[in-house]
Amino acid sequence: MTDFLNTWGLTAVIFVPLIGAAVMMLIPEREEETHKLIALLTSLLTLGFVAALMIEFDYGDAGTMQFVQDKGWIDVINSRYILGLDGISIPLLALTVLIVPSVIVYSWHHIPHPGNAKAFLILNLILETGMVGTFLAQDLILFFLFFEVVLLPMFFMIAVWGGEDRRYASLKFFLYTLFGSALMLLGFLALFFLAKDPVTGAALHTFDMRALTASAGSGIVHSTQLWIFAAMFIGFGVKVPIFPFHTWLPDAHTQAPTQGSVILAAVLLKLGTYGFLRIAIPILPGAATTWAPWIGLVAVIGIIYGGLACLAQTDMKRLIAFSSVAHMGFVMLAIATMTPFGFNAAIYGMVAHGLITGMLFFVAGSVKERFHTLDIKRLGGLLISVPKLGWILGIVTMASLGLPGLAGFWGEFPAILAAYNPANGLSPSIFRTFMVIAALGTVLAAGYLLWLYQRVGMGEPSEEFAADPGITDVNTREWLAWTPLLALIVVFGFLPGLIFNVTDPAVVQILDNCLQNADGCTAVAQSALGRG
Amino acid sequence: MLAALVQAGGSFSRPSVDWHAASPELILLGVGVLITVIDVVWKQRARSLVVGLSSVGLLAALVPVVTLAVDGTPRSMFGGAFVVDDYALIMKAIFLLSAYVVVLMSTNYIAEGDYWENEYYSMLLTSVLGMLLMTSARDLISIFVALELLSIPAYMLATWRKRDLKSNEAGLKYYLMGVFASAIMLYGMSLLYGSAGTTLLTGINKAVSATDKPTAVVTLGVVFVLIGFAFKVSAVPFHTWAPDTYEGAPTPVTAFLSVASKAAGFVGLMNILFVGLIGRSDVYQPLIWILAAASMIVGNTVALRQTNIVRMLAYSSIAHAGYMLAPLAVVSADVVFAGGGSVVVADQALRATVTYLAIYAAANLGAFAVVIAVARKIRTAEIDGYQGLFRYAPGLTVLMTIFLFSLAGIPPLGGWFGKFRVLEALISPGTAWGSTLALLVVVNSVVALYYYGRVAVKMWVEEVPDGDMTPVRVPVSLAAALGLTAVATLAFGVGPGLIGHFTEVSLLAGIGG
Repeated sequence: MTDFLNTWGLTAVIFVPLIGAAVMMLIPEREEETHKLIALLTSLLTLGFVAALMIEFDYGDAGTMQFVQDKGWIDVINSRYILGLDGISIPLLALTVLIVPSVIVYSWHHIPHPGNAKAFLILNLILETGMVGTFLAQDLILFFLFFEVVLLPMFFMIAVWGGEDRRYASLKFFLYTLFGSALMLLGFLALFFLAKDPVTGAALHTFDMRALTASAGSGIVHSTQLWIFAAMFIGFGVKVPIFPFHTWLPDAHTQAPTQGSVILAAVLLKLGTYGFLRIAIPILPGAATTWAPWIGLVAVIGIIYGGLACLAQTDMKRLIAFSSVAHMGFVMLAIATMTPFGFNAAIYGMVAHGLITGMLFFVAGSVKERFHTLDIKRLGGLLISVPKLGWILGIVTMASLGLPGLAGFWGEFPAILAAYNPANGLSPSIFRTFMVIAALGTVLAAGYLLWLYQRVGMGEPSEEFAADPGITDVNTREWLAWTPLLALIVVFGFLPGLIFNVTDPAVVQILDNCLQNADGCTAVAQSALGRG
Repeated sequence: MLAALVQAGGSFSRPSVDWHAASPELILLGVGVLITVIDVVWKQRARSLVVGLSSVGLLAALVPVVTLAVDGTPRSMFGGAFVVDDYALIMKAIFLLSAYVVVLMSTNYIAEGDYWENEYYSMLLTSVLGMLLMTSARDLISIFVALELLSIPAYMLATWRKRDLKSNEAGLKYYLMGVFASAIMLYGMSLLYGSAGTTLLTGINKAVSATDKPTAVVTLGVVFVLIGFAFKVSAVPFHTWAPDTYEGAPTPVTAFLSVASKAAGFVGLMNILFVGLIGRSDVYQPLIWILAAASMIVGNTVALRQTNIVRMLAYSSIAHAGYMLAPLAVVSADVVFAGGGSVVVADQALRATVTYLAIYAAANLGAFAVVIAVARKIRTAEIDGYQGLFRYAPGLTVLMTIFLFSLAGIPPLGGWFGKFRVLEALISPGTAWGSTLALLVVVNSVVALYYYGRVAVKMWVEEVPDGDMTPVRVPVSLAAALGLTAVATLAFGVGPGLIGHFTEVSLLAGIGG
């Protein structure tokens, strides 16, 4: 088993969902139960593989890539099939393979209109392949491919199973993301041609992320670096989404079916921030240092803008969507500090946001299913009409606003703290200003989330739903789907070390790497040593 | 006087013919003649035979292409006017396979159309014969002959539905524009010949690159030849015939024109550019840059407004011509040193265009095959007719989605690799012009996604307009065409090494560059 995991483990995790999807394609559509069963078993098998990998993983050495697989793929462009797992990927990989089975369990009785469980679940599994692949790929082209594979299934999930405005929302999502990723591809190509070996000075001509990280932009003129970074910035930034590229998100979230929203919020947004941590910053640390204040600026704009927009929303789902813009702002602010502390906070924030906002969308979906509306004005008194659902919503909103003892706290608080002391070479006064603004953002978050809960959870249930027999409390399927997420929100709230200990070595490794390369990133490296 | 002629004729010595190298063309010629003879002799009875015969002919011609590729040594005949190298072979294979798919698509369409079938197939084969010749032509005369050989049958194929006004319009427009373009090109060729004193492309390259600055005659010659090919590949502003011709011609013929005929134009252009004019990059680079940029921008923006799917695909094929022209705009004889390692920009550009052609061929043929299949039921090519297709023809919907998104360049479907190679070729020289064009390709890809995506949304999301849920009956041969193109599109996307291996070709060997 260990041998298998070492050589083919990561490939298995990526392609098991795809094999499951292929099997389902051969089974006729009317066998709905079979489809659900196969999808669930496939996603659980994937989860099992990841669990096995996490057991085998050498946590003492979390900074190095493990279970590496390196095979020839597209020789003519020097692109290889390289996979690897390190401390940065592990939490995100685990998050992904946990969310997908939850979504499938939730789908058991909740296939959105117009039905067709077969196609819906197949899309879920293809999505899983794309997401998992993105977190494991160590070759830029392979990364790009997986990054894009998620587009089509998500497009269809919104376009076919979405709400009223699904045509507009799905195309908007698709166009924005494609624009970003096409620019990103240009950046990758420029890296391919320009990156040089730091020791010999010879051109690398490779897409191998490990080699490019090792070269850390040496040999590329700083102004060119800035352009390449800008291309990747837009590519990843659209996905995160960073203000001002965020406008696709509220539409996509509002129109997507519950399952789509959950996956979108929990995992897809993380592909962008992961790209910053894994590719943009380690490969071009020099340019990243120059861009960092600007990233910090758009991050805090996102925090404040997202918060204000939330206050103005009348639709619960749209409110949660805008809160994502604000929360991802915290993650981006943490990344912009370029410190190990900030990076750790960013990864924590990503996982916490994934669990919490995923849960919020689940709850919103269940509310919509029972009350057939998400209009905050019409809802109310959930604690009376559906007390368990009301309590769950309460816990999750508290987690989302960063209450200590729940996971959200450890994403938000360290992010703000990291901005107090950014890496050497970055102006502390600018980042401390950002810190103050971000802190104000948490107040806003408390404001809109508490207000949401007050209007939806408390008060008397509205008369129009009084006699509706369809309004029942949380059912078994929902408990099955939600319990793991809720448990983790609490566990990570009390034991933040569970994630920090895994990510820290990898984060330090990334920032340390710059030490070997004098080019423009000494400042970053020094500060990494200082606090790493 | 007669005696003198005979005497002069006596000095003629038969050039040595490499029969192996010429066999793909000869097989096709033989089958074409056979079909004509059978047609004359058996008349009606021949109808059942021709389809099979032309399919077999196309596949049989593929056999020597494979054996020549296995053999691997470049062959040259007639003083270098006819060359068989890896580049010629991969293009021959693309033409033969595309034509085979077109035959599969035509089978029922032509048989049910109440028209004489036999001539259709013999003309199709003649046109393909011209394309095969074009891949090997390295001489102005053989290029021109090949071009006419592939064009003239195509004009007639476009008017195939002779009782249909639109089809007549299609053919007439295509013919007039085509002849006009040929005339301009021929004039340009005569100028090039006049300044070089030879029709051999290698000789022309020596002559035109002899001076530092281009002479006026050479400049005019290059410009006219380029304009001629710009018509053929339907590049803006020489594209005006394409939408009308595509809409009016029988759909299988449209597929043939938009894929094989366009590719043949590119092959001719690349032969002249890489072998004959590569030393004059100062003349052709700006021209091709403008053609490429204009084709992308105009093709995509006008496609946004189309309500007919064939016209939409016509404009999209104009845009694709732009993407395929783009790498040629950075071609020059220089070897560029990008970051210490040398990159042969010209080779990279050639590979990009060839790769793109192959992948585009699969997806575009597939898209037209779906159009034919769907038209069997809805009897229209209006995009609104595709509403709710998923409800009664889920298989066709999935296939159409694959083809459209491959054309849009969405991974993991084939198109992404073509776009990737184009971008790679544009970035590699590290020039501002190349990078700007790369940026234009990126922006245009996003614009294009909008109209492809809109069709997808119509098929998947909308309700069936007339509520008619009877499934679409897809005949076997059409299903085979769909299957072949879909498998190719997916395979190119997931394992691009597959096509990448075959497109590692070069045209520079001929000029010792």
